[in-house]
Parts: sequence; structure tokens; C-alpha cells
Amino acid sequence: MATTPDPKHALKPVTYVDPSHTYAGISDKITDMVLKRPVGQGWLAGLGIGAAGLSLLICAIMLVLIKGVGVWGINQPVGWGFDIINFVWWIGIGHAGTLISAILLLLKQQWRTSINRFAEAMTLFAVVCAGLFPILHLGRHAVFYWLFPYPNTFALWPQFRSPLLWDVFAVSTYATVSLLFWYVGLIPDLATMRDRAQKKFAKIAYGIFALGWRGSAVHWSRYETAYLLLAGLATPLVLSVHTIVGLDFAVSVIPGWHATIFPPYFVAGAIFAGFAMVITLAVPLRHFYGMHDFITMKHFDNMAKVILATGLMVSYGYFMEAFFGWYSANTYERFMIWNRMTGPYAPFYWALLVCNFLAPQLFWFKKCRTNLLVLFVVSQFVNVGMWLERFIIIVTSLHRDYLPSSWNMYWGTFWDWATFIGTMGLFTTLFLLFIRLLPAISMFEMQMLLKQTRDKEKSAGGKH
Amino acid sequence: MSTHTAETETLYGLMAEFDTPEALTHAVEKAVSAGYKKMDAYSPFPVEEVIHALGLEKNSLPLKVLIGGITGCLTGFAMQYYASVIDYPYVYGGKPFNSWPAFIPVCFEMTILFAAFTAVFGMLGMNGLPKPYHPFFNVDRFSQFASRDKFYLCIESEDPLFDLSKTKAFLNSLQPAGIFEVEP
Repeated sequence: MATTPDPKHALKPVTYVDPSHTYAGISDKITDMVLKRPVGQGWLAGLGIGAAGLSLLICAIMLVLIKGVGVWGINQPVGWGFDIINFVWWIGIGHAGTLISAILLLLKQQWRTSINRFAEAMTLFAVVCAGLFPILHLGRHAVFYWLFPYPNTFALWPQFRSPLLWDVFAVSTYATVSLLFWYVGLIPDLATMRDRAQKKFAKIAYGIFALGWRGSAVHWSRYETAYLLLAGLATPLVLSVHTIVGLDFAVSVIPGWHATIFPPYFVAGAIFAGFAMVITLAVPLRHFYGMHDFITMKHFDNMAKVILATGLMVSYGYFMEAFFGWYSANTYERFMIWNRMTGPYAPFYWALLVCNFLAPQLFWFKKCRTNLLVLFVVSQFVNVGMWLERFIIIVTSLHRDYLPSSWNMYWGTFWDWATFIGTMGLFTTLFLLFIRLLPAISMFEMQMLLKQTRDKEKSAGGKH
Repeated sequence: MSTHTAETETLYGLMAEFDTPEALTHAVEKAVSAGYKKMDAYSPFPVEEVIHALGLEKNSLPLKVLIGGITGCLTGFAMQYYASVIDYPYVYGGKPFNSWPAFIPVCFEMTILFAAFTAVFGMLGMNGLPKPYHPFFNVDRFSQFASRDKFYLCIESEDPLFDLSKTKAFLNSLQPAGIFEVEP
């Protein structure tokens, strides 16, 4: 056993968990965050802010339900406003959670392990926020169930040839499968929580949701099969969801929407936005909960690379939109692009390019990819940029349509903003409750990773 | 030997505790070669080698999920076909009633939905979960450490080779950290 490795093999394999950890240490550290850690003032303050936002959301929803969508800024010709912008923004954010938990699992990327649980929670809560908007947008909220095909006395069926109906299926399937995937991943950890909890109520509560899990090898083998299959199912699902969201626009004949690049460009944008949100959540989570051993700088480094790559894909999309606008030689397409770049919303368009194209270029440099402040700030640029992207796509395509006599400007009203900020409150509340009540890092997967890392070290040590 | 039958009837099985996944793997391999059949290993996380030693790599879940997915796809198509062609035919954009390319997205989503439900509920059903009570939870060490950092092998009394003293001696030869009798 040589202690100095052969210079040819000096490149050490990257490890995402320090092999000096113990199985008990990993388990205890993660359960203690929930079971032993006292309720902190910071957490309470965060929950207060979240609850304030949630209250605002409830007021905004009540007003929409009582007075109708007229309280929003939508008009003719801009019939889709903040509601659709926010819907696409939130659902896009959700996609990174599925990407991390499913696609990176299939690709055997070990660095997913410490971030997948809270990224999946992020997905779930983002889908909750997203799902509110189309429902509120309906106008006749009381009959929202008409969206679903069910035998009814009107002898009516939904229009199955419409992307909006596809969206109903895509988003509801996505919400269901995300919930199942998250819950299945939680079952073994809930059993650990049940066994570690001291208080009777906590023991019973965790016990009910742990379903009597006891870690049998027979169970584990089926469990792993099921988990892998779910990952394999969630992967095409997540791609289909944003593809269909893209088709909502692309299938229409509005200049600026009617483009074949929309589905892939929307998927890339979703991953781009989602990873920015994962970083936004991971930086404070790691700091306040002292998870430096589990969420390492290598994780941030990798996430920044994903942001850079998807950012370039999205930028290619912006470039192609402009190119096709010109190349189409269609008066309306050319006007739309020109209006986007120089019209009344031009500052937003250029701000979008700064946020989504220029800001992520910093991630070419390792120094920036491993600097938490830079990571956090660039992620905020991306969060804002992706919202602006949807604003630009929706509003600049609609507000000056074929007939100049029907042109109009669109701005969100107070209640538009209240609903948007309100959903952030809802998201914050749900997320804070999640990290307080459930293990934010997957314990059994961290323990598996530890074993794999140790095995690898052992076999590497044996070779010399 | 007269007490043997009485005792084995009152026991669920014998359980041995190990400190490492490697020790558990070793124990399972020994128990398999000793001819025990009715046994199971317990660990806080899946241990590949143990699953391999027990010969559990393959199960019928993938086939079930495939069937679930195909059912979902056909259900999705049947629903759309019935609605658009039989029950409510309506000319829309000059498209045929059975405009199947436009039905693909819903079929796809239904495929995923049914397959995912089959994967989750199939896994839980095959595992006999939820099962709030199990004799193991009466073993103090098991209910404290099986989900944390200890590894267990249980040979059940239903095993034809099970004999309280002989099986205990066998488990002892594996150098466990402890041996427990599991009451039913």
C-alpha cells in the first residue's frame, strides 16, 4: 500500500462525502436538525414573512373570486398577463427538482444525493404555486372541474386537440408523480424519524407515514426497482410538461409564439430557472443549518455549470427567435421582433438579455462558481431574468397585434403583484415547514453514498 | 427436544445484530450456504451485496409497470376516441374526428400516470405495506438502530432447518454483536 500514488493516477476521484463520516453520524446529524434543534428566531422570522405573503395571497384570491379577473391588468389584446407569466415561471422552477432527482439518478451522478430531497420539495411547492394561476385565470372559477373530462348532463367533452387541455393533463400528472416520487423517497427516512423521535405524537405521526417500513432486504430490492422506474418515468414526464407549456404558445398563430423552437427552448429555460432557485435555497439552508459537509462547494460548482450550459441554450433560443423573425420575411413577425427590441417594452428585453445571457457568463470562471456571494447574486439575476423572459414572450407578442387600432399597453395592477408575491409567501411557508418537519437530506441515500465512497477507496487502496 | 416444538411455535424467529454491512453480507452468505431459506436481512440503507446474496436482484415490478403504462395509454386513447368520435363528434379546424396525432400528449401523460401509480402501489403491495405492527418492533435494539446504523439477519422459525439451539449456535458462529429471540 503505497501512500504516494503513482503520478499517472494522481488525479483523485471526486468524492461528495468525506469517508470519515459514520453511518450513525449522518443519520443523527440529519434527524437532529428536525428533532433536537430548537425552533430558531431566524426560522420564526422567515415563517412570519412567509405567512404575511400567504395572507396577501389569500386576500388577492378572495378578491378575484368575488370581483372576477377584472381586478387584474389584463385587457384586449393582452388577455394573458401575470397569471400565465407566473404559471410558466413557477412550473419551470419546479423542473430542476425532477431533473436532480430523476435524470441525475439515471446518469449516476452522485452529487445529486445531498440536494435531491429539498429540490424535490421545491418542485412540489412550485407546482402548487403554479397550479393556482390557471385556475384563477379561468374567470368562472366555480366550474374549474369542466377542465377535466367527465361524463356530464350537458353531453359535453373538453377539446382534446387543444394544447391547453394537454396542459391540464401534463400539470396534474406532473404534480401527482412529483408527490409520489418525493414520498417514496421519504418512506425509509420517515422510518428513521419514527425510531429516533422521543415525543409520542411525533413517533405516531412519523410512524403512520412510514407505513411500517423496517428495512428488509426483500423490500429494499423492490423499493430500489420502483425508485429507478419512477426516475425513468419522471424524466420524459418533466420534458413533456414544459414541452406542452411551450406548445400552448407555439400552436397558436401569434407572431412571437408560433415558433418550432419553443418546446426545447422552454425545457432548457425551465432547467436554467430551476437550478437558480436550487442555489437560492441551498445557500441559506447550508449556512443556517451547518450542512457544509453535505452540500459542498463541488455541488455548487456543478450546479453553476448546469446554469451556464442551459443559459447558453436559452440564449441560443433568443438569438433564433430574432433570426427567424427576420428570416421569415413576414411583416408581422419582423415587426414583433423590432417592437420587442425597440418598442415600449425594450428595457425589459435588454434587461432579460443581461440577466439570462450576460450574468451566467461569470460561471466560466471557477472562482465565480465557488464563490457563494457570486453564485447567489447570479441566481437572483436568473430568477428575475426568467420572469422577464415570460413577460416579454407573452406581453410583447400580444400588445401590438395585427390591427394597430386594437394596440394596447399592459401593466400589472396591485392585485397582479399581490398574487405573485403572495405565491412566494406560500412557497416560503411550505418550504420552511418542510425543513422543520421532515429530513431535508435523504439519509439512506447519503449512507449508501458513504458506503460506495468507502468501497471505492478500499479498492483503490488495494491496487497499490 | 420436547420443548423445541413448543418454543419454536412461540417464536417468530432468531435475530442477529451486526455492526457493518460487510459483516451482514458475510452472515447472509453463510446462512444461504448453510441451507436456510426463510430469512431476511435488515439494513438502514439498501446493501447491494446482501440483495445479491439473497438472490433478490430480479422481481416482477418492471413487468407490472409496463402493463400499467400500456393500460394508461390505451385508456387515454379510448377516452379521447369515445369523446371526439362517438359521443361528441364536432368538426374543429377541418380536422378528422379521430385526429390521433393530437391525442398523443394525453395518451403519453396517462401512460406515465398509470405506470407511476403501478410502480408505487405495486411496490407497497408486494412488500405488504402499510403494516403498522410487526413482531420486530418489540425488539428494543431493532426498533432503535435498524434504521440508523445497525444491520440485522433474522432466520424465521418457519424455516424447515430452524432449531432454536442449533440456529442460535449457528448465528453465534457468525460473531454477531447480539442475538435476540423475536416474539410473535
